[in-house]
Amino acid sequence: MKARQEKPAVVKITAAPHVRSPESTARIMWSVVLSLMPVIVASIWFFGPSALLVLVASVAGCLITERLFGDRSDSLADGSAMITGLLLGLCLPAGFPLWMAFLGGVFGVGFGKIVFGGLGQNIFNPALLGRAFLQAAFPVAITTWPVRTADWWALRGDNFALPLMTASADAVTGATPLGELKFSDDPVITPLLDLFLGSISGSLGETSALLILLGGIYLALRGHLNWHIPVSILVSVYAFSGLFYWLGLSPFSPGFMLFSGGLMLGAWYMATDMVTSPVTHTGCWIFGVSIGLLVVIIRIWGGLPEGVMYAILLMNALVPFINRATQPRKFGSVRGKSGPVAEKES
Amino acid sequence: MAPRLKTSDLPSFRNGVHPPENKDLTSGIPSRRLPFPDEIILPLSQHIGRPAEALVKPGDRIERGDVIAKASGYVSSYVHATASGTVKSIEHWPHPAGAMQPSVRIDVDPHSTQLQRPRLVPHWDEVPEEQLSEEISKAGIVGLGGAAFPMHVKLRPPADQPVDVLMVNGSECEPYLTSDHRTMLERPEHVYQGIRIVLRALGISRAVIGIEVNKPDAIEVMRNTAPDDLDIQVQPLKVKYPQGAEKMLIKAVTGRVVPSGKLPASVGALVQNVATTASVALVFETGQPLIERIITVSGRGIRQPGNWVIPFGTKLSDVIAACGGFTEDASEIVFGGPMMGQSQASLDVPVLKATGGILVLSKDECKRQDILPCIRCGKCIDACPVFLNPQLMGALARVDRFEEMAGNNLGDCMLCGCCSFVCPSNIPLSQLFAMSRIQLSRLQAA
Repeated sequence: MKARQEKPAVVKITAAPHVRSPESTARIMWSVVLSLMPVIVASIWFFGPSALLVLVASVAGCLITERLFGDRSDSLADGSAMITGLLLGLCLPAGFPLWMAFLGGVFGVGFGKIVFGGLGQNIFNPALLGRAFLQAAFPVAITTWPVRTADWWALRGDNFALPLMTASADAVTGATPLGELKFSDDPVITPLLDLFLGSISGSLGETSALLILLGGIYLALRGHLNWHIPVSILVSVYAFSGLFYWLGLSPFSPGFMLFSGGLMLGAWYMATDMVTSPVTHTGCWIFGVSIGLLVVIIRIWGGLPEGVMYAILLMNALVPFINRATQPRKFGSVRGKSGPVAEKES
Repeated sequence: MAPRLKTSDLPSFRNGVHPPENKDLTSGIPSRRLPFPDEIILPLSQHIGRPAEALVKPGDRIERGDVIAKASGYVSSYVHATASGTVKSIEHWPHPAGAMQPSVRIDVDPHSTQLQRPRLVPHWDEVPEEQLSEEISKAGIVGLGGAAFPMHVKLRPPADQPVDVLMVNGSECEPYLTSDHRTMLERPEHVYQGIRIVLRALGISRAVIGIEVNKPDAIEVMRNTAPDDLDIQVQPLKVKYPQGAEKMLIKAVTGRVVPSGKLPASVGALVQNVATTASVALVFETGQPLIERIITVSGRGIRQPGNWVIPFGTKLSDVIAACGGFTEDASEIVFGGPMMGQSQASLDVPVLKATGGILVLSKDECKRQDILPCIRCGKCIDACPVFLNPQLMGALARVDRFEEMAGNNLGDCMLCGCCSFVCPSNIPLSQLFAMSRIQLSRLQAA
């Protein structure tokens, strides 16, 4: 027992717990990016090189803004700016001018996130805020939906338009299924299977419900998104649109509602943004059901064919209130003065 | 080994976490006696409550088992010599809890047989019930589950809160630790004898032993050795941290919810660790006071992990030496389990009554990761076993709003570490809460 053991060169002194789960914020963010890959590939498959260009432009806008103005020097590594860029790109039409996509990314990250104090501090989903900005600034460009053409290599619109110039090219455009049904005098109802698989016109990521669903389920299984949110949104949309359809107030069947427009992308990827959604499960249900109701109302009675973006942004603003209203009740809390909650013998 | 039981349908509690168990390192290693060291350091404060009052002076010759310090109040405890030798001094010495503490230093007699001095103890069945807790107090018994609360205090619940069930805690939910597991496997008769004595002290007849199903052999042994004349139930529990916390154990086994801010006695339950009851049995069997216990020495930073019977006061350096020393990548030394244990800065600190484990973690086991901003994922809320909002409290702690934290039930936090464990941004939540409590008590004292 005489031999004194040499201490290790460095002894760490840390507070408990001394072990941590392998989960990390960066890992969550990058697995979201990974799960978006099939959707991105599909959008390029459907819309050709234009899709890739739009995505690259919006991602570039986000990454450059984050690098220049971000709160931490290594904030690109956490992957959140990358997600914002990809999601923003996915809710733009393929023929969108690249400078606008870039500007949308700059606005989304700059004014959607960094001005609030960076990662974790923002109130609104940065990608949706970027899109809302573009919608307000360039209402025509953002609703010019290209159709699929025989030539995969052809650009789908005026991607290379210069800033502040009017569009020159004559792109072949088509209405989205939602717009067609809402505004056309003699609407052609898009078959559900096309909606589900994605061979329709619309923004890049609004096309294939199937792939978004797969990506979302992958994330939910890995615990990287709170499944309560998409499930409550989808259930709510289906229920409310079913109700209004049944009452004869709405031209949209519930199934059509579910698989058209940006609902899938919004429900699985935008509303589930951890920073801008409630922290408790009860809160998530309130959040999701409200989004679903707002989507249905905007789609049926609003001035726009699509309402997912505004529904989510509106509910983002209410998240602090939802959080306050749905605080967990501490273990052994005493209800009123009647004694312990569940003093029962099993 | 018996197969692990199915975990569905097992009672448990809500929330909690599943850290990697890492119990295989030592669970199969029978306990062995650590050689007596050259020097023993016995802090006067090894328990919750007032430090004990030293009864010896430098130069005194003492035998193993002698009282060297007496309880200095009701919530206090006796300290006994854990080896025979000569008192060298009473001085401040590094304590595992951090600060220097008054401690009795004993030069261990190298020629002593280290047999315990015979001590007359009345037969447990013949003395009045109150005298049982008196004897337990004099034997220096404190809770061995980690908190080191003097046992005799627990044995006298308030008169208006009668206890009707004794919960014996064999869940050992901290990763790595296997000392309770080994106690149940090697000394089931002592565990049961202790239960018998505690039941008599309380004047009740029912006891439930809760054991997590990752110890199927312990469940089997405890079932096979259960005495027929006692109302004993061996209850397998789901493997989940912190299953061994008093409130969680009571909830899982009886469904009773201990009201916030109240003691288990308020729902008629009393929790004792299996190692504690085993030590009670020894008091009335051989007169041996609480002077040693089984301690798990584990982690990938130590060459020979194992379970050891170690006399209290043995210095960390002696334990490390007996276990083959450190490995190349040893990085952190922890007293207790990895979830709630305390990092050690000195190899001079002594082993205490409540030291259930000594972990030497390698670099890979305790990687330091960068702290990122909170992304409000809510994982901490899903993990918190007492249903607090660590996310909100963490944000308040960072801006020093301690009073608001108190309003958000900071006082209910058990510092179990679940929130810190799950946080993907590596925010040290439970550390923030521990510090906030200190700040808050200073504010309130001012």
